Amino acid sequence: MGAGHGHRLYFHGHSAIHRAPAHLKILALVGFMLGVVATPRDWYPVFGVYLLVLVGVVLVSRVPLAYLARRMVIEVPFLVFAALIPFIATGPQVEVLGVAVSEPGLLAAWGLAVKGTLGVLASLTLAATTEPSDVLAGLQRLRMPALIVQIMGFMIRYLDVVTDDLGRMLVAMRSRGVDPRSPRHWPALARTLGALFVRSYERGERVHLAMLSRGYDGTMR
Amino acid sequence: MSVPVLDVRGLAYAYPDGHQALFGVDLHVHQGERVAMLGPNGAGKTTLVLHLNGILQAGAGSVEISGLPVAKPNLKEIRRRVGIVFQDPDDQLFMGSVRADVAFGPANLGISGAMLDARVMSALEQVGMAEYADRPPHHLSFGQRRRVAVATVLAMEPEILVLDEPSSNLDPASRRELADIVRSLDVTVLMVTHDLPYALELCPRSVVLSDGHVVADGSTYGVLTDTQLMRAHRLELPVGFQPRTIGSLPG
Repeated sequence: MGAGHGHRLYFHGHSAIHRAPAHLKILALVGFMLGVVATPRDWYPVFGVYLLVLVGVVLVSRVPLAYLARRMVIEVPFLVFAALIPFIATGPQVEVLGVAVSEPGLLAAWGLAVKGTLGVLASLTLAATTEPSDVLAGLQRLRMPALIVQIMGFMIRYLDVVTDDLGRMLVAMRSRGVDPRSPRHWPALARTLGALFVRSYERGERVHLAMLSRGYDGTMR
Repeated sequence: MSVPVLDVRGLAYAYPDGHQALFGVDLHVHQGERVAMLGPNGAGKTTLVLHLNGILQAGAGSVEISGLPVAKPNLKEIRRRVGIVFQDPDDQLFMGSVRADVAFGPANLGISGAMLDARVMSALEQVGMAEYADRPPHHLSFGQRRRVAVATVLAMEPEILVLDEPSSNLDPASRRELADIVRSLDVTVLMVTHDLPYALELCPRSVVLSDGHVVADGSTYGVLTDTQLMRAHRLELPVGFQPRTIGSLPG
């Protein structure tokens, strides 16, 4: 771990979008998402407008589109699910490229895919232009209950620690001839994840002890 | 003599599963002393440390900090007086920035505003980490994180600083930097370690804990050169390390 780099999703910059107060950005994201979700899925041009707005924001923020595109891979399992719907759903059939698929299924898949993609892109844009600690401060300003903000803060703080733990355990597994990708070794992988859970739980207890030692009494000041 | 900063009398403790870790430990540390607590793994060192600020409650015997008994009603003041730096800095640093982490303890004591800022910066300056105040702790090197962990405790202006294995996982340069910092602090120190050269370098006095008993209490040099005592309690000097050939010693 070197010094000085931000969170993995954060793209360092000084644009107007980067500088905008975090709580406004969160409100804008939530508003935008409510709009997208509430739009009937057959209003095709409106989704074009949404995409234009979003791409406009990204361009102003100077975050490279390729940077966001690479991180959108997280959406793939969701898209695979959407792609299955036309084949599974019932109703009147239409021919697409010589294959008979369900028409309402096709529409449902489009709705899911487009709304999901806009949502992921919008969230990634927020993450790329706002440091995690600023997002938390923004949520606090929006009167999010302090306990939830605290839990989210701990999650951000320890995600890296736990990921590093898992990384080291996987390296140790590989060094002993286990390939975590092969289904034959999944039982070993499952035990590793169990051990990771226990380790993280124990770390949680040690963190709590360290907090008590500095006079923590249940409220963050 | 004056009231000791740390006064442990006949402390015994058994874990809920029945395993007895401490059998009547006596330990007195006076103002301004730097004392090393030596002992092999599993000797009960960490268990003893957790009694010093009331995380564990004594089964028998008592612990007093500058005359104040460690007991439920005093815990807040006890935890201000006793600053424990735990072994893994990742357990101790959990906020979004170094500054927030160092402020956590004093804020729990009810300090705020300019007073709090002053405490935080002075603690960070004492460990040479002031310029890192706004960094997230998990992006610092291990040695830097350990120094910030020391600062989180110094900010509470403790009467006794308890360091649990302060030299573990440090490279030699970070190890020396931490030693310089500990030497520069004007505070009583109890250092729990099995790094014997480090104990010799920093602490004039050593206490040996073995199987829950204090088996020796004397000058660090005397303890480390008592071959019989060392062998009986699984203490070993690193190969090539000869306390007798070292010219300058503290105390």
